[in-house]
Amino acid sequence: MTRSAIALHAALLVMFAGAGLHQSVIRSWARETPNNEQTIRISASTFEFKPSEITLKKDVPVIFELTTQDRRHGFNLPDFHLRADVQPGTTEKLRFVPRKVGTFTFLCDIFCGDQHEEMTGTIRVVE
Amino acid sequence: MIHQMHRRDFLKLAGIGGAVFVSGATLSAGQAQQDMSAFYFVQISDTHWGFSGPAINPDSQGTLKKAIAAVNSLEEQPDFVVFTGDLTQTTDDPAVRRTRLAEFRDIVSDLKVKTVRFMPGEHDASLDRGDAYQTFFGDMHYTFDHKGVHFIALDNVSDPTAAVGEAQLDWLRSDLEHVSSDARIVVLTHRPLFDLAPAWDWATRDGDAVIDTLLQHQNVTVLYGHIHQEHHHMTGHIAHHAAKSLMWALPEPGSAPKKVQIPWDAASPYKGLGFRNVKADTAQARYKIEELSVGNML
Repeated sequence: MTRSAIALHAALLVMFAGAGLHQSVIRSWARETPNNEQTIRISASTFEFKPSEITLKKDVPVIFELTTQDRRHGFNLPDFHLRADVQPGTTEKLRFVPRKVGTFTFLCDIFCGDQHEEMTGTIRVVE
Repeated sequence: MIHQMHRRDFLKLAGIGGAVFVSGATLSAGQAQQDMSAFYFVQISDTHWGFSGPAINPDSQGTLKKAIAAVNSLEEQPDFVVFTGDLTQTTDDPAVRRTRLAEFRDIVSDLKVKTVRFMPGEHDASLDRGDAYQTFFGDMHYTFDHKGVHFIALDNVSDPTAAVGEAQLDWLRSDLEHVSSDARIVVLTHRPLFDLAPAWDWATRDGDAVIDTLLQHQNVTVLYGHIHQEHHHMTGHIAHHAAKSLMWALPEPGSAPKKVQIPWDAASPYKGLGFRNVKADTAQARYKIEELSVGNML
């Protein structure tokens, strides 16, 4: 690794640590190259995510590109300490590496109306 | 920390049964304060007035009224009643929201006890940041003192992100600066302040900051709602007790892939629905919680 690349990684680590990201996310950035990242677009609207069922491969980096079709929603994947506010007119990107297999719930965590509690989805991480 | 309390320390209640749980922190005899006495109050939560769903609660129009009648029938009346949020079922229509809040206010005005404290839940306040709620019930966070206990009502719902927020945290810290470290403190709130089940939205986004602030005091108990069931948890020396709903019950935290309402059981009507009496022994900084089932009151 070149000196400039090392400096870049160090700068990224400081930046993400300052943003309060979970340690596993920080470590993921330190280890992975973006070459094998997959991108998954998730659209939020009252009261659903599309897609609401997502399958990922363990240890394969992923970028969630989050948009909303109507109002502000939240995207929260608690088991991976991953969350974002999703504002109309913007695309929120979340990068992470699923390090454990299983089925995990994601949800809207910004109260958005009568069926807010139905606004959930599942991520299945497989070997 | 669980302690049995001597029966003589409590007020005599009407003979309606329910599970009994005792919790709180203890003080040495030398720390007991002379001007404190035992008293009790009633906590009612998650009444969701305006909900309609015959498979979940075919008596959605009657359960709250039955509970009010039950409280009125208690032989010894409580010092006060507190409603810990989700007074009404949420609606996207602001006019319907106000109608439901008004109907709720009128129903609970039948309580014999005239000291009634209210708090919002996300169903009441998240869609308009508490605008309608405050018209009917006033402030969403406040304090009051009663017979040696400092009560703090915290709002973790009017911000739709389920955060208490920096301004309210500053208010809390400022309030606690004027309260001795061994004061008896009861926090009333709607959502759990700790991460009970984040995947079910059973958490407060900045609850850790609230708990860190409260941990500076020795005798803190938190009473809340939101999860529609009795639940008890400790964070350090702080006890957290969730109350049942009067509209529907929910499964134990994380016990199912998806959080779903428990259907009405015709063989056991009102199963899982109820309210609680909280009996405070302020001298010992201990609380006895008596869970009362709606089904046992009929």
